[in-house]
Amino acid sequence: MSVFIIRRLLQAALVVLVMSFIVFSGVFLVGDPVEILVSDDADQEERDRMIKSMGLDKPFIVQYGLFISKAVQGDLGESFVFNEPALLLILDRMPATMELAVVALVIAVVFGIPLGMWAGLRPDSLASKSIMTGSILGFSLPTFWVGIMMILLFAVYLGWLPSTGRGEVQVLLGMPVSVFSWDGFSHVLMPAVNLALFKLSLVIRLARAGTREVLQQDYIKFARAKGLSDTRIIMVHVMKNIMIPVVTVLGLEFGGLVAFSVVTETVFAWPGMGKLLIDSIGQLDRPIIVAYLMIIVFLFVFINLFVDILYSLLDPRVRLQDMKA
Amino acid sequence: MKILRKFGLAALAVTALSAPVQAADVVIGMRSEPSSIDPYFHNLGPNNAMNGQIFDRLTDWTPKMQLIGRAAASWKAINDTTWEYKLRQGVTFHDGSALTVDDVIFSFERADAYEGGNSSFRTYTKGKTLKKIDDHTLHIITESPYPLMPNDTTTVMIMSSEAKGTGADGKNKGISAKDFNDGTATVGTGPYKFVEWKKGDRIVLQKFDAYKGPLAQPWDKITFKFIKAEPARVAALLAGDVDMIDNVPTSDIERLKKEPNVSLSSGVSNRVIYLHMDQFRDNSPFVTTKDGKPMNKNPLRDARVRKAISMMINRDAIVARVMEGVAIPAGQLLPEGFFGRSEKMSPEKYDPKGAKKLLAAAGWGDGFGLTIHGPNDRYINDAKIVEAIGQMLSAQGIPTKVESMPKNVYFKRASKGAEGGLPEFSFVLVGWGSGTGESSSPLKSLLATYDKSKGRGASNRGRHSDPVVNKLLDQALATVDDPKRAALLAKATEVAIGENQGIIPLHYQVNTWATRKGLEYHPRADERTTGIDLVPVK
Repeated sequence: MSVFIIRRLLQAALVVLVMSFIVFSGVFLVGDPVEILVSDDADQEERDRMIKSMGLDKPFIVQYGLFISKAVQGDLGESFVFNEPALLLILDRMPATMELAVVALVIAVVFGIPLGMWAGLRPDSLASKSIMTGSILGFSLPTFWVGIMMILLFAVYLGWLPSTGRGEVQVLLGMPVSVFSWDGFSHVLMPAVNLALFKLSLVIRLARAGTREVLQQDYIKFARAKGLSDTRIIMVHVMKNIMIPVVTVLGLEFGGLVAFSVVTETVFAWPGMGKLLIDSIGQLDRPIIVAYLMIIVFLFVFINLFVDILYSLLDPRVRLQDMKA
Repeated sequence: MKILRKFGLAALAVTALSAPVQAADVVIGMRSEPSSIDPYFHNLGPNNAMNGQIFDRLTDWTPKMQLIGRAAASWKAINDTTWEYKLRQGVTFHDGSALTVDDVIFSFERADAYEGGNSSFRTYTKGKTLKKIDDHTLHIITESPYPLMPNDTTTVMIMSSEAKGTGADGKNKGISAKDFNDGTATVGTGPYKFVEWKKGDRIVLQKFDAYKGPLAQPWDKITFKFIKAEPARVAALLAGDVDMIDNVPTSDIERLKKEPNVSLSSGVSNRVIYLHMDQFRDNSPFVTTKDGKPMNKNPLRDARVRKAISMMINRDAIVARVMEGVAIPAGQLLPEGFFGRSEKMSPEKYDPKGAKKLLAAAGWGDGFGLTIHGPNDRYINDAKIVEAIGQMLSAQGIPTKVESMPKNVYFKRASKGAEGGLPEFSFVLVGWGSGTGESSSPLKSLLATYDKSKGRGASNRGRHSDPVVNKLLDQALATVDDPKRAALLAKATEVAIGENQGIIPLHYQVNTWATRKGLEYHPRADERTTGIDLVPVK
């Protein structure tokens, strides 16, 4: 197992290096940060000074070399916009995004698996058909629109939930969290549901397909013949066997939730990383964009690793050293 | 809701006891977040608006852009090259120490020598020598006569010379931007104290009880929340989560007018939206023959052609349809009431027939092809304006292609996208807000000849150039006498726009703020959103 993990980590380092080059050259091609950040009143001399102080007067390859030599020492550069270390700015925003993603994931699993299994067990009932139709809506409605509609309904019209922003934050085990107070929870609920909607539909569909397939298997027939109760068959034998695809997909999707919850964070003014990324792209804050995408690459590599380890726990037939990653 | 109730109670108390208005807390939903609390880090609208509530400047602007003294009680030119400022007596910093001329000098030094940062305040500090006469008297000395001194002192904020930072290397007086962002060095004399900044979320300010100055302090606590998405900002106001929002989208204005719990405040800004035309190349890349082939002749270099284009644009239609009535047609650089504006000029009248005649007289009766470029996320409805202009010109014999793009791509190409750092486009839409509140700022940057050594024409993307305009501007900038200078600036505007058509002004932007009923915002011409200008309706 340790050989497997080491090989994975080496691959990760290579992916990150290649990624840094692609991203760095990508942002190098787009626009000129000085034109975006400079005040209208600034004269040519002031503009030149800015170009120099940001290091933009050097050729691309020199800029990239400087970046890499600093990056290996853990310094991903300073944000153009805030003049603070890019890495710290991103890490500062990460807990808010993580919190949102975890709540969304919990919603997707807690509602998705039972609903999907229900639909798989009774495929012809009206309830199942409604669930499946609902999941199509979850797939196809644009997140931005759903977010605005939710705000209009629950915040403006009914006045039950706050419209935007993050609530009271407490520090728990060194992590700032907001879900454990009513104020915080009421703030996180709408964006989390908004973010979860797509994943929820995905889980429903996976769980339904899995359930229908598993029900045909010999071991289920055998279990029935043995006279096991329905509850035990469904809760143990069916549920355990549909989990492999669900875990794979959720693992990958969790990375997506964390990295690209941009739309939801923008609609609900949630102070997370996604909002930081989109603002940074708008202002051409190159250090933040590059650092952000490198962190995301790390994140995906680790989630994949974690999912593989989880496989081996769910399915004893999987041996990690056999897996060519 | 809580705030509403609180406020309702406060209002009741007032009517019952007719005591002075009991202040309360207020929450403001803003589009743009400042990039720093360090007052010299970035000369940028949102920073100047936010930090100006914490730090005083020597002078400042009222919402209608009249000069007032903030830290300075009075100021006057005592000779051609020296301005004397008297500081207000008894002003203290948020930490209790007294404001003296030393703090002002310290602040100007830090602003002038700022290392790093994005666009410093050096434009306003260079060439000025500050001299302490006594604790409350300051002389600012320049080499040549400098009439814009009171305007320039509206920019540099004043911090405490005793503020301590954590910057070990002595850079920027040992105080880093971070020391301001977490409040360590955020010590000003302004009406509000800094409490906290949660990046991407909110900034909180608290009333400074010992404040001595001309500004009102209508609230105990002001919370600024940053809500970038337009529908979400409007919804936050309707839901009662915020008491005011800025940058109300024009498409929502009609609807909000019908809301019983919402009031709107609109005011014309110092920002003019205008068109630059390539006047420096014979083979301009986006000027073509009618069927789109390249040409070696550039009709835009002929002032008659430029005037004809201006006459083909129906400004009233753009204001009515594209801007939904929320803009004012423009004929020069600044709207009514501003210094150095010409009283003789009015917006060019829509006159398609006259335009055709003028084109024919210039030898372009058959027309030519153009491409207009504009940003799509910088000014109010910018992409739609560009489209409307494209249609108007196409309908009148100048087939015009329209291309709009995000500002982060657009501005580089518009300023220096072509070889040799020259502007890439031929016909572009841009806006200009006059930071100095008078017309020398746009004249200097947009219409004076591009000259790196003099710092002129930095944003002259059409490279218009006329020695007469340069000369009038030079004269104006050396004239301390206000009425004389105003006349010279007006004359320069008349030549540069009225005669030369160096740029084509379209309209002045009107900004809209929406508050809940019972509040009122004094719309600021400099487009700033502050808690100080938001007041309860009496």
